[in-house]
Amino acid sequence: MTGKRSAAVEAPVRMMVRASRPAGEGRSPVGEGTRAPAGERESSQVGLSVSSPAGEGASRRRDRWLRLASLGAFVLLWQVAAMFADSRTLPDPLTVLARIVDETVSLSLPGHLAVTLGRVAVAFAAAMLIGALLGMAMGRWRSLDAFFDAWLVLGLNIPALVTIILCYVWFGLNDWAAILAVAINKIPTVIVTVREGARAVDPKLLDVARAYRLSRRTTFMRVYLPQLVPYLMAAARSGLSLIWKIVLVVELLGRSEGVGFQLNVFFQFFDITGILAYTLAFAAVVLVVEAWVLRPLERRLTGWRT
Amino acid sequence: MLEIQIDRKCYPDRGGRPHVALSGLRLAVQHGEFVCVVGPSGCGKSTLLNIVGGLDRDLDGQVTMNGAFPEDIGFMFQEPRLMPWMSVLDNVLLVARAGGDAARQRERGIALLRAMELGDVLDAYPTRLSGGMMRRVALARAFINEPELLLMDEPFVSLDTPTANRLREMLAEQWQRCGASVLFVTHDLREALALADRVCFLSAAPGRVVLDLAVDLPRPRDPASPAVDRFYQALLVRHPALLGGLASGVETDGAAQ
Repeated sequence: MTGKRSAAVEAPVRMMVRASRPAGEGRSPVGEGTRAPAGERESSQVGLSVSSPAGEGASRRRDRWLRLASLGAFVLLWQVAAMFADSRTLPDPLTVLARIVDETVSLSLPGHLAVTLGRVAVAFAAAMLIGALLGMAMGRWRSLDAFFDAWLVLGLNIPALVTIILCYVWFGLNDWAAILAVAINKIPTVIVTVREGARAVDPKLLDVARAYRLSRRTTFMRVYLPQLVPYLMAAARSGLSLIWKIVLVVELLGRSEGVGFQLNVFFQFFDITGILAYTLAFAAVVLVVEAWVLRPLERRLTGWRT
Repeated sequence: MLEIQIDRKCYPDRGGRPHVALSGLRLAVQHGEFVCVVGPSGCGKSTLLNIVGGLDRDLDGQVTMNGAFPEDIGFMFQEPRLMPWMSVLDNVLLVARAGGDAARQRERGIALLRAMELGDVLDAYPTRLSGGMMRRVALARAFINEPELLLMDEPFVSLDTPTANRLREMLAEQWQRCGASVLFVTHDLREALALADRVCFLSAAPGRVVLDLAVDLPRPRDPASPAVDRFYQALLVRHPALLGGLASGVETDGAAQ
């Protein structure tokens, strides 16, 4: 019965997707079921799992089609809007796609993208490392927490623009100032999330480590840290999305290469096609990182939660 | 030999007055001996184990095993306390003595888990196991290092009778095989009689040993067997005041007063 019903639902969806394919977005790597319900994949790693009933597989396939359909609908909407709007204000999807191809062939897009991604990676790693260490320390020691709490509130509420301008003024218009500005914006939110995790660490499990005389290193790596993984992953997720956004502003304000800089150039020339082309390319990279790095990593690390 | 001498162990009370949990407690466990500690709830049984296990070092008194603080121990808690992100086997190997031969430890861990009838779930996560299975993993973990001293804090509480009995059999088997000294805390006198060479009764707080009783029944023993039951009934007749709280199955702090 379930099979029949899902086939009926899928048929129109498939048609919509096929219709959207020529627009160029239907095959986006992000649409291809990367958002499959995490629970089902996880269960296959556990020895005792029960094989999932056929109904679940069908509904998962349906979800995948729905996601593709939603992407198709978006492109379709864009196409329709572009037909009514002035082509300079809103170019249609195909024009933007062609521009992405041009910019890729000329190596301009990959170059700027690589520079921006490099900054993102360094800022992200620094923010996660420093934020996690401070978060653990503040979750562990109350006096430290009390001392730094006001700083944290301040750090959470300073506008990103202020830290960016100050970093450039104080440290010069260079890459380190840019990365520092991004990291400073991100660190407080990492601290808050990881501190929450450190407070939630189960002292009973730490007692097991003490009773069995585990070394400090083993206790930290194998008993303490695994309990923080969900919090670290949450911080990484939200961290990446925040850093993507801030890096572009940093580049726009004070660097002479990178996606943010290039967007500014396009802005000066009122080149909407260029802006959309870079934005889409950038968004695609973000989604790929999310789907191919963060989500598999999370699944691996939290596979025991069923 | 394990020698416990606790002059005084206090906890800060809510009102700021210290609550004395243990006072003037003397207890010795011979090498390879199985000693059960029974007493009403709140008498400091768990506190005693935490002290001997080195989890609580804030006290007046001292604990020595062959002249030093006992370090070579296994500890089984009231709850299984397994790491939920590790497989069954990894949970056991986590506490395996550092610096040992990893391959041999792994073999030993697997053999131990098989002896606990857990051979089919070596790679499963603990969240997938029943309560009884989780206790068996915890029991295997306690024995992986063949410790000199095993500390057990009501490890089979809140299990159904057949499951608890099976676990007690497994414990007895492993104990006889590895010859550890055992300090086993429980509030269930029948359980104590089924397991122990000696049963020590603690008074209500502040806890101290008020009766030290040898249990010379043949093994293996079933808590429901006539022999254990006769011993139990005889004990009730001889020490009615002391055992009142325990025997009725209702734990009352005033049992020993």
